[in-house]
Amino acid sequence: MTNEIKKISKNEWEIPKHGTMNVPAVIFASEKLMEKIQKDRTIEQIKNVASMPGIVKRAIAMSDCHEGYGFPVGGVAAFDIENGCISPGGIGFDINCGVRLLTTNLEKKDVEPKIKQLMNELFNNIPCGVGGESNLRLTDQELDEVLNTGLDWALKNDYALKEDLERCEENGHMKTADASKVSQRAKSRGRKQLGTLGAGNHFVEVQIVDDIYDKDIAKIFGITKKDQIVVMIHSGSRGLGHQVCSDYLRAIEEEFGDIVSKLPEKDLAYAPTGSKLAKDYVGAMSSSANFGWCNRQLITYYVRKSFNTIFGDTKLNLLYDVAHNIAKIEEYKIDNKLKKLYVHRKGATRAFGPGHKEIPKVYRDVGQPIILPGSMGTASYVLVGTDKAMNETFSSTPHGAGRLMSRHEANRLFTGEQITKDLAKEKIYIKAASVRGISEEAPNAYKDVDEVVKVADEVGIGKKIARLRPLGVIKG
Amino acid sequence: MKFKYLPHTSEAKFVAYGSNIVGVFRNSALAMFNILGDTTKVKPKKKINIKVTAKNYESLLYDFLDELLFLHDTKRIFVHDVKDIKIKDFELTGTVECDSLKNYDLKSEIKAITYNGMTIKKTPKGYEATVVVDI
Repeated sequence: MTNEIKKISKNEWEIPKHGTMNVPAVIFASEKLMEKIQKDRTIEQIKNVASMPGIVKRAIAMSDCHEGYGFPVGGVAAFDIENGCISPGGIGFDINCGVRLLTTNLEKKDVEPKIKQLMNELFNNIPCGVGGESNLRLTDQELDEVLNTGLDWALKNDYALKEDLERCEENGHMKTADASKVSQRAKSRGRKQLGTLGAGNHFVEVQIVDDIYDKDIAKIFGITKKDQIVVMIHSGSRGLGHQVCSDYLRAIEEEFGDIVSKLPEKDLAYAPTGSKLAKDYVGAMSSSANFGWCNRQLITYYVRKSFNTIFGDTKLNLLYDVAHNIAKIEEYKIDNKLKKLYVHRKGATRAFGPGHKEIPKVYRDVGQPIILPGSMGTASYVLVGTDKAMNETFSSTPHGAGRLMSRHEANRLFTGEQITKDLAKEKIYIKAASVRGISEEAPNAYKDVDEVVKVADEVGIGKKIARLRPLGVIKG
Repeated sequence: MKFKYLPHTSEAKFVAYGSNIVGVFRNSALAMFNILGDTTKVKPKKKINIKVTAKNYESLLYDFLDELLFLHDTKRIFVHDVKDIKIKDFELTGTVECDSLKNYDLKSEIKAITYNGMTIKKTPKGYEATVVVDI
């Protein structure tokens, strides 16, 4: 361990402000996770983030953090809305990559005997993988409506229920969206991808409730008993969001070349708040977020259809939908003054504690539901937001297991066929767009999700509510 | 050697080689698409002309790879090779040889090109470029 990292408590490490840093950096991790975190460039990257202009209080890395581009993945940084900046690289290329969880009125005994039939039906209904093409053909005007109004578009077109909108971060509609700030290139990439899962680590899993840690809160969330069937969807804003990030990274480089040339990594490129480019990027990023919510909503529509085909009339309720690559304007008390900040979450989940006005009424008394997916074929968790997160991490908590091993290394060590067999032994049925792609997402290529969640729970930035494990996986 | 892959926890990182600047651009394109599948097995059934301009070699490489990714995503093609690359005053023209995506089993998806650790260096043997793509 290098001298600059100080252990504060069991799961908290600090790099005190020094050199070019404007604020200290804090890493929430156990000793075991910290050992891995130090093996790549995460520490260097979080220090770079702490050196950015207008950063407030501290740069934060979560227990699932790893090296990214510019900002680490699993990072949170809040910038002053007047004298700060907004950075596309602090949000990520996959804008509004996120997860949602659907609860059902089915149990393991209902679904297990038909799991192959169900997964095949889902696989046929949800376009996935590199070749997966949208079932929709949107006009320019319709695509703009998706971008400007998000889930309002989905509701109007009968892809969503009214309750779905209530139980989605931002109600699935960021009001700061401005479709005119999204390039034609980005729109071209997105047009054929709305309602597609994508590839890589994106998945749809049919899971069972494996354990419940807080019965009362679980019940409020609609998780009523062990062995209840739930469905998790992990996807983002597809090529549209990726292109928006690329476009603005390049635009910032062109306009603020003098700033960019002095940065330790070009991916840290930022637009100063108040600049036209910052405003334009917020419009485009918010549009991409709306696209991301519509994408997960369409997949939800296909999931509901598939369950109805196999099991007859089945109720699938949206528990909650969280974005884990996004920037938001939120208010926090800094030096006893309430301040508006641009909170960047890149691979981190918002975790509002009880009483926050942005939590749906049904959950407001207990806190915001947090959906934390594990890697393919491993456990996932439901947590709840806390007051501690509000004070410590700008209301944020980890977003998943976090990669441990490069894809190249994973391909060298594992084969898709072997992993499929190993999962079958654990009675997990996997359908993949590409068998070869399975090896890159090998469970062993990721950190231990139980350990990541344990840290969040012990630190108090996300309280464990339920553990889920998969019966069936659709891998994009 | 045209290119090789380097370790990176979450993304795909490669270094591409070339005896000249044109060669290093071409091999960067091949390195990028070989992340998804074997480009040598792709039949060059279609040809698409491309043109990109930038202010320096790094930005030009970014825009060149971004343009190929854009074609891959929107025209639904998989690249075999990029031929006749010409670079003058940071303007690149070339011909993409490719085939329809649906004829191949691609194992993953490239989200975007990053600037993470991107370099183009002159070496005693020519040029080498390091690139990280987000997957």
